[in-house]
Amino acid sequence: MRVEVTVNGQERAADVEPRTLLVHFLREHLGLTGTNVGCDTSSCGACTVLLDGESVKSCTVLAAQADGRSVTTIEGLADPDGTLHPLQRAFQENHALQCGYCTPGMVMVSMSILAEHDTLDEATVREGLEGNLCRCTGYHNIVKAVLAAKEEMGASR
Amino acid sequence: MTMTEAQERIIGQRRVRREDPGLLSGENRFSDDLVVPGALHLVLVRSPHAHARIARVDTNTARSMPGVVAVLTGGDLQSEWASPMPCAWPVTPDMKSPAHYPLAIDYVHYAGEGVVAVVARSQTEAVDAAGEVIVEYEELAPVLDLEDAVKDGTLAHEELASNTSFVWALDPNPEAVEAAFRAAKVTVSERYVQQRLIPAAMEPRAMVVVPSPMGGDYTMYSATQIPHVLRVMLALTTGIPETKLRVVAPSVGGGFGSKLDVYAEELLCLALARRLRQPVRFTEERGEGTMATIHGRGQVQYMELAANDDGKVTAIRVKLLADMGAYLQLVTPGVPLLGAFLYHGVYDVGAYSFTCTGLFTNKTPTDAYRGAGRPEATYAIERAMDTLARKLNMDPAEIRRRNFIAADKFPYESVAGLTFDSGSYHENLAKALHNAGYTELRAEQERRRAAGDPRRLGIGVSCYVEMCGLAPSRVLASLNYGAGGWEAATVRILPTSKVQVVTGTAPHGQGHETSWSMIVADKLGISPDDVEVLHSDTAIAPHGMDTYGSRSLSVGGTAVYLATERVIEKAMKIAAHQLEVAEEDLEYVNAAFRVKGSPDQQLPLAAIAFEAFTAHNLPDGVEPNLEASISWDPPNFTFPNGTHIAVVEIDEETGEVRLVRYIAVDDCGNQINPLIVEGQVHGGITQGVAQALYEEALYDASGQLLNASLADYLVPSASEMPSFELDSTVTPSPTNPLGVKGVGEAGTIGSAPAVINAVVDALADLGVMDCEMPATPERVYSLIQQAKTQQ
Repeated sequence: MRVEVTVNGQERAADVEPRTLLVHFLREHLGLTGTNVGCDTSSCGACTVLLDGESVKSCTVLAAQADGRSVTTIEGLADPDGTLHPLQRAFQENHALQCGYCTPGMVMVSMSILAEHDTLDEATVREGLEGNLCRCTGYHNIVKAVLAAKEEMGASR
Repeated sequence: MTMTEAQERIIGQRRVRREDPGLLSGENRFSDDLVVPGALHLVLVRSPHAHARIARVDTNTARSMPGVVAVLTGGDLQSEWASPMPCAWPVTPDMKSPAHYPLAIDYVHYAGEGVVAVVARSQTEAVDAAGEVIVEYEELAPVLDLEDAVKDGTLAHEELASNTSFVWALDPNPEAVEAAFRAAKVTVSERYVQQRLIPAAMEPRAMVVVPSPMGGDYTMYSATQIPHVLRVMLALTTGIPETKLRVVAPSVGGGFGSKLDVYAEELLCLALARRLRQPVRFTEERGEGTMATIHGRGQVQYMELAANDDGKVTAIRVKLLADMGAYLQLVTPGVPLLGAFLYHGVYDVGAYSFTCTGLFTNKTPTDAYRGAGRPEATYAIERAMDTLARKLNMDPAEIRRRNFIAADKFPYESVAGLTFDSGSYHENLAKALHNAGYTELRAEQERRRAAGDPRRLGIGVSCYVEMCGLAPSRVLASLNYGAGGWEAATVRILPTSKVQVVTGTAPHGQGHETSWSMIVADKLGISPDDVEVLHSDTAIAPHGMDTYGSRSLSVGGTAVYLATERVIEKAMKIAAHQLEVAEEDLEYVNAAFRVKGSPDQQLPLAAIAFEAFTAHNLPDGVEPNLEASISWDPPNFTFPNGTHIAVVEIDEETGEVRLVRYIAVDDCGNQINPLIVEGQVHGGITQGVAQALYEEALYDASGQLLNASLADYLVPSASEMPSFELDSTVTPSPTNPLGVKGVGEAGTIGSAPAVINAVVDALADLGVMDCEMPATPERVYSLIQQAKTQQ
């Protein structure tokens, strides 16, 4: 079946099997391999993307369900000139990633957390990150990064 | 040459990582991200049984499925192997090891063992065909419990006639141990269980082998911690000459030991690529990875202390049953040995005895998992010290103070035969107690107890020392390890004065590119941005011993440092020649060679680099190009140490344990980049907390792994963890010129006993003396109920 999705601001289309998951559509059909697969039970959140601005685990969505909608992946956050998004920068400045495998999912779910809250505290961030697993950082610096990004982006929001 | 004050120190700066932009933008490539046109997909049919005879395999239907290229059994592939799967650590000469091939032959010995390989043009076609393979099994009784296994009532491998793989002892003075126990005023005798853990690196294992169109060369891209060791083992196992093999570890999504191995799927992809003359790839699904990738821990520990009534420990006796799982993987038997030398922990103990029995079970093979042997040892001694303190009605901090190896005893010859490099254990403890507000915490605990507050407070102290910086090759030889412990580095200054560093370490999250560039830049007096670090590709870095055991900085970083020093020595010769002075008259400051006392007379390193390239005017006997390579074998291990304090709240009505604060003081020697050091400690602590409170690979009576998915296996999330309160002490290691020790495993080694000590402390007034890991609400709730019934 034909699927048309706006991905990172660009119209993308492909013929896919109806059972194709959004994550496989992104990785295999569009070559956007920044979105990672870490499990087979929708537990780890490594595949989190934004669907119409809201974070979803892209292994729980069929490509067909994204038809006509808008998807943002980790590849779509930085400016075209390569300037990192303030949240990406906060991740780097706070050493919020080590191996980097969970990172795209962590960043995308954090985009949602930032968008959904006018003010943020540690407990809210931790609760918001609950569906995303990281084995390297112990979450300490991820939480710090999200709070730092909120501070940085807060004024402009 | 001397470093003057004028030169800015790069070492010690909190520099952000150069690795990050590529990982933060999705640009980096993990193994499964690699696009290899024409690659065939390998899927394995795995045993559903823990122990069975393979009665019949029918692959006819599967072979006729669309897209299927080959369906092969262990027998079909037997001609591919020059030798069985490797175990590099035969710890005793008479160690028993069952034949282990990438696919099972005749018998399966754990649930998840590969039985049939299905190769198809797409992943879905391979999965569909695998579903059509028929395997009939005759089930056999599985061996699952260590204390049963040692009795040999049921055998994991019939042909071995025993479940015991080896008995390894470190018993330098049995009479002294006996005498100490006879004379002891107090003894502690405890049984601890180190439950099996699933490493669960976030990136599942993945690999692809690409044969070159002609010439018989193969490139393997694999999510591995050990590209170099893997290449050697691939050559030995498949018979393909090492010169024809290139192994690349692209971005690797965490390892923690689980990618420190040679896996069946790696061998199968290579052999199938050779057989089918096409690229072959494999990516594990999480649900199979939890069974087919190694597990960690899996020990029963019998721990005994003898002590005087002032709390001074006089002897320690340890007996260990260690679960090998069904087969010996790369270093499986050696894991308990890495703890064997450390069961006396940070304490000055006169007599020591350690015996370990390695046992086969019909479960997933175990191997090194973050800390490997040392978290187990630390847990046993730190739990036992708390029990001793309780018996003597002494504060857990005080019992530790009375037994510490004093700071003026370093280098310290341990009763187990090691030489501890440096440390200040009293200082670690004092700092941690101060940072925790220990006195106030105890007062708060008393207040809650007096008020009958159902939110019980527990404070747990754990002091640790570990041996890392693996390892002096001669020591490894004495332990029967099949390789050395050196590390290789090359530093080359290119004609434009940019610097290329080649390292034999294989980072997978540790930030070596950032740290190594800092070491070199600090030494050369240049910007780290001008230093590029290359690694994890045997074509680029031909020599290396890879990354595990907190070894990379203290061995690999030191090699980089020494290679830099050699490059400066060579450049110095060229500078002296061109400035027409003696080398002794030159000093190297801020990236320039200058004549001592006459700083106007100088040549920048950049100029020397270009001179070395043109080779127009080099001194006699000096070769063109500015490059130095070194292989460095450390003279000793390094011994990171510290004190960790966990504060837990236990809800008496539900048994839920909440970790509310975590205070750590770690001594990893000099720190190259404190930002990275802290990150390593955060992650390490979390894995230890996970063992203490959440994680356990659970098997049913038939040997089925019950929690094989991440929905069932409880890797902690952000909402379970607190923020950490970190601090450090610094006693530079004399083992290497950087004075560094390593920090990759420290957090995991210190944390599990701190947390369980806190759990037991919270319940101590009820008479609770122990709590098995993980301290689940169910387990804690029943401890509380039992204790209340007995009161």
